[in-house]
Amino acid sequence: MASQISLLMENQPGALSRVIGLFSQRGYNIDSLSVAPTQDPTLSRLTMTTSESEEIIQQILKQLFKLIDVVMVQDLKASESLSLEMALIKVSNKAEVISKIEKNYSSLELNELDNTDEKTILRLIGETDIIESLLVELKADLVEVTRTGALGMTLGNISLETEEETKVIY
Amino acid sequence: MSREEINGGDALIRALADENIDLIFGYPGGAALHIYDAIYKQNKVQHILVRHEQAAVHAADGFARATGKPGVALVTSGPGATNAITGIATAYMDSIPVVVISGQVASHLIGSDAFQETDMMGISRPIVKHSFLVQSAEEIPVVIKKAFHIATSGRPGPVVIDVPKNMTDPNYKFEYKYPKELVMRSFPILGKGQDEKIVDAIELFRSAKKPVIYSGGGTIQADASKELTEFSKLIGCPVTNTLMGLGAFPGDDDQFVGMLGMHGTYEANMVMSEADLIFNVGARFDDRITNNPSKFGLEAKKIHIDSDPSSIDKIIGVDLAIEGDAKLVMQQLIEQVKSTGFDQTIYKDWWAQVEDWREAHGLNHDMLNLKNERDIILPQQVIQSLYQTTKGDAYVTSDVGQHQMFAAQYYKFKDPRKWINSGGLGTMGFGLPSAMGVKFAFPEADVACVTGEGSIQMCIQELSTCGQYGLPIKIINLNNRALGMVKQWQDMQYGGRYSSISYEDSLPDFVKLAESFGHVGIKVEKLSELNQAMEESFAMKDKLVFLDVLVDPDEHVYPMLEAGGSMSEMRLSKDKKTF
Ligand SMILES: Cc1ncc(C[n+]2csc(CCOP(=O)(O)OP(=O)(O)O)c2C)c(N)n1
Ligand SMILES: [Mg+2]
Repeated sequence: MASQISLLMENQPGALSRVIGLFSQRGYNIDSLSVAPTQDPTLSRLTMTTSESEEIIQQILKQLFKLIDVVMVQDLKASESLSLEMALIKVSNKAEVISKIEKNYSSLELNELDNTDEKTILRLIGETDIIESLLVELKADLVEVTRTGALGMTLGNISLETEEETKVIY
Repeated sequence: MSREEINGGDALIRALADENIDLIFGYPGGAALHIYDAIYKQNKVQHILVRHEQAAVHAADGFARATGKPGVALVTSGPGATNAITGIATAYMDSIPVVVISGQVASHLIGSDAFQETDMMGISRPIVKHSFLVQSAEEIPVVIKKAFHIATSGRPGPVVIDVPKNMTDPNYKFEYKYPKELVMRSFPILGKGQDEKIVDAIELFRSAKKPVIYSGGGTIQADASKELTEFSKLIGCPVTNTLMGLGAFPGDDDQFVGMLGMHGTYEANMVMSEADLIFNVGARFDDRITNNPSKFGLEAKKIHIDSDPSSIDKIIGVDLAIEGDAKLVMQQLIEQVKSTGFDQTIYKDWWAQVEDWREAHGLNHDMLNLKNERDIILPQQVIQSLYQTTKGDAYVTSDVGQHQMFAAQYYKFKDPRKWINSGGLGTMGFGLPSAMGVKFAFPEADVACVTGEGSIQMCIQELSTCGQYGLPIKIINLNNRALGMVKQWQDMQYGGRYSSISYEDSLPDFVKLAESFGHVGIKVEKLSELNQAMEESFAMKDKLVFLDVLVDPDEHVYPMLEAGGSMSEMRLSKDKKTF
């Protein structure tokens, strides 16, 4: 099972490349990654999934936290959390595809977004594993696919928040 | 007070002065010219002109290692910046606080492949603790402040500040204010260790029969050598230091079993493999120590004290991890031992075993008395002669190779910060420029650079810098006419097929070379002449002496851990091994 790590980092040029660089530098694999600013425009939130072992994940968490631009790191598996992603798929045989989805993948939220040149764009929202098995089944029907990668959030009172600022006085 | 406005270049140098930096090493060029003009206009910060940017960073690094204060290097964009990279990586691997300021093309040109543009942020990213691309002239003081704070706090490391040329535009002025405080988001600096863990650690010592204290560069970085020594004296068990940790515990103390690891002493490596408790302070269980991690310390409980949580459980899982500042943690441990008492006699049998190992295959520190018919000099004898002449008090920098290992094994460092070598990256060329940094920091002290004829040629141009600034360093060249360490491996693992380790007869005449730079050169070929030449060299207080010592080209460094084995699997000489 892939693990999910969520982190807050400075919304600054260079910050993302440090996070991604850490993965290539230390030989960790990333399955998916998504990043965007938060309600605080100085912070970006990044969610990534990785299939590394538990030991490596502990190292990854520590190494990430060591980056000066990374403000807080969270292992989403450490407490109850939910995980979702969105996929856009373009198909030419809309009716067939929709019926397949409705039959076997009813947990996915499905919307029809566009119909141009007899190609339909469908939006799917749901769990990564389910989207993945659907894509395998639809392989022959797909013209194009794009996915957000998984997003995650812990439930209830546990949240990814910044610590108090550290003040250094000389 | 009237409002004072200055430009970015002046602000940068003024901020360095406000950070108590009075010495920087560098090399000018187009993108850094405004900064060099600012240097010219003031006299608080002295600039040392090196001959290659790699040397600027190594010199700053040597200065930092010897003093504990941050070192500073200044280079221009493009080739200046890329030349600095080896120096930055060297400092990164050994966690040395160095701030490297690089010029950059003007911000509107970034990304256009402008003349002497290189993506310094990108190139240096994996080898810095952090880096800054200056975004506005006004932020220069705060960036400098942050850079020094980050470089020196927690686990230290190099920080790069990339300064686009327009940020130091002489015509753009603003009000200069050096920050009195910094606000940083989530930048935890570890302090004391948890009290329960301190108690647990001492209890582990009490129930151990065969403990060892294994200390690394982190102890020196944390200025915790005094505490390490006091604690070790209270516990009374064997102490070993890594290559980076030499001097943290006095090398001439009976409790010291020598360096451990790849070329560690027989007794240190045996102690590590037989121990039932390994107490690691400020070391990182790296592969030059543990040998095969899956065979490492299988019988031992392990305690690990580190200021960098990511070092803990990285290679070797431990039983008790104490995240904290080594100095503070050691103080807590001392307190705990003192208040509860400690009976050292429980380690009597252990010491009897250690003494047996020492007796059997310990290093011979008395080789100067060995005579041979051909009057040939062994490299170990050169280090012993150096030790004798300097009474163990010199700062010794080193390059990389056999000579480095001989220096580490035979110079019994008594004090921290006096053994200066590139342990993590293993950078040939580090020795001479780092010695310059040390000599600037301690003009009155003896500073020796133990090198090889291969390594010294990698930054030999700095002989000119030494001439310009009058740096009477003693260069002790263990000249074996080959890339000795590579040759040793080719002897042992490639059936003596010597691939590209000889210069044939192209080596320079080092005596004449030194003389051409205005220095003194002395060549020694006979053992009977060694001590006298060594003493003469150090007697010339105001001269750089290049002591070119022709040593036995066939000597190998032993002991040597067998690749893939445990720490007890060692080669002890060309025909003796423990496995
Ligand atoms: C910059 C760099 N290039 C290559 C090496 C690999 N290397 C390690 S030791 C060594 C030989 C060093 O020769 P010398 O300086 O003469 O020292 P010796 O081993 O002969 O004492 C080499 C090539 C290195 N450590 N650094
Ligand atoms: Mg050599």
